[in-house]
Amino acid sequence: MSTLEFTLLVCAGSLLAGLVGALTGLGGGVVLVPFLTLLFKVDIRYAIGASLVSVIATSSGAAAAYVKEGISNIRIGMFLEIATTLGALLGAHLAARVSTHAIAIVFGMVLLFSAYFARKPRPLHERDAPPDPLATRLRLNGSFPDAEGERSYNVQHVPAGWSLMFGAGALSGLLGIGSGAMKVLAMDQAMRIPFKVSTSTSNFMIGVTAAASAGVYLRRGYIDPGLAMPVMLGVLAGSLLGAKLLMRVHTKWLRLGFSLVIALLAIEMLYNGLSGRI
Amino acid sequence: MAAERNWTDRRIENAVGNLLRAGVSLAALIVFIGAIIYLVRHGMSPVEYRVFRGEPADLRSVHGILRDTFHLRGRGIIQLGLLVLIATPVARVALSMFGFAAERDRMYVWFTAVVFLILLYSLLGSAV
Repeated sequence: MSTLEFTLLVCAGSLLAGLVGALTGLGGGVVLVPFLTLLFKVDIRYAIGASLVSVIATSSGAAAAYVKEGISNIRIGMFLEIATTLGALLGAHLAARVSTHAIAIVFGMVLLFSAYFARKPRPLHERDAPPDPLATRLRLNGSFPDAEGERSYNVQHVPAGWSLMFGAGALSGLLGIGSGAMKVLAMDQAMRIPFKVSTSTSNFMIGVTAAASAGVYLRRGYIDPGLAMPVMLGVLAGSLLGAKLLMRVHTKWLRLGFSLVIALLAIEMLYNGLSGRI
Repeated sequence: MAAERNWTDRRIENAVGNLLRAGVSLAALIVFIGAIIYLVRHGMSPVEYRVFRGEPADLRSVHGILRDTFHLRGRGIIQLGLLVLIATPVARVALSMFGFAAERDRMYVWFTAVVFLILLYSLLGSAV
């Protein structure tokens, strides 16, 4: 395959991943690495480097829009970024020490979790919890514009959320994904932050988390410009297109289909990791 | 007092949004220019990513990337765009730090400074 053919094919595939990722709210990062390693037989380390770069591009692009709407909570994001960036450094250092088989196996398991997460309907529980002393001292409680005006919320279980965020950062650094699903889980389920605020704050944090490990990857020579270029441009174009289409597409079937694809990729990654092909 | 804090918060949010958009656009533009040079020169040669070799030294450091860009090497210019992309969230964190300082929110200036230092260590830290 010539460089031009390869570039165009990878760009088209990345565009599709970015498009579906934006439409389903799962991000394209999670399918990029399997797509590059299984289909194009790219070494998983190059694939992770390229994926990480595209994750920064899409999350920063999306965060720019969310932040201006005032839904993201900048304080929660900033406080939890201490956990995710430390985790990301750990993940990036681990990536150089564990075998590619092990990375593929962990990747397969994270994909399985994502497939399950994609299937689950968005939770809609109203809850009015009393203010938590630690969250109050950290000034994490906030409010966001809702259909009926400004709605305030109280953040709970700060230590549990912080620890989950450290784990999310480590997975992001090890696998080159945004690990948005786990970030949302930490904020929405553990810290009881409204779903809308959780997703947009997660998006806001993904770029900083990915940048913390991308620096390590760049210095280690895992980021190849010839591969990262079509991936980054493709995913960015796809996610911008997805954001434009979002209002006009029914995402229920798309989410179901996408979670099926992710589950298949998960099995393929686990098989390749366990049999030592990756 | 509360209203004033809210107003400053909104201003930071706006500035952060603009910065992120500008950073990503600039990075995409540089990568695109590099891509054209790279593909015009090497579009017909075969690719090989099956075997991991690691990038040459000039594509691993800020200094080397800048030198390659000066010599109009396609791969170097693409890498410069990627570097701008990685630097965008770092600049966002720095901007937030000034914002919190303007609000005299000392605790969050510290939190932001910690994140900023972690990012600097990642990007410039001693060779791993």
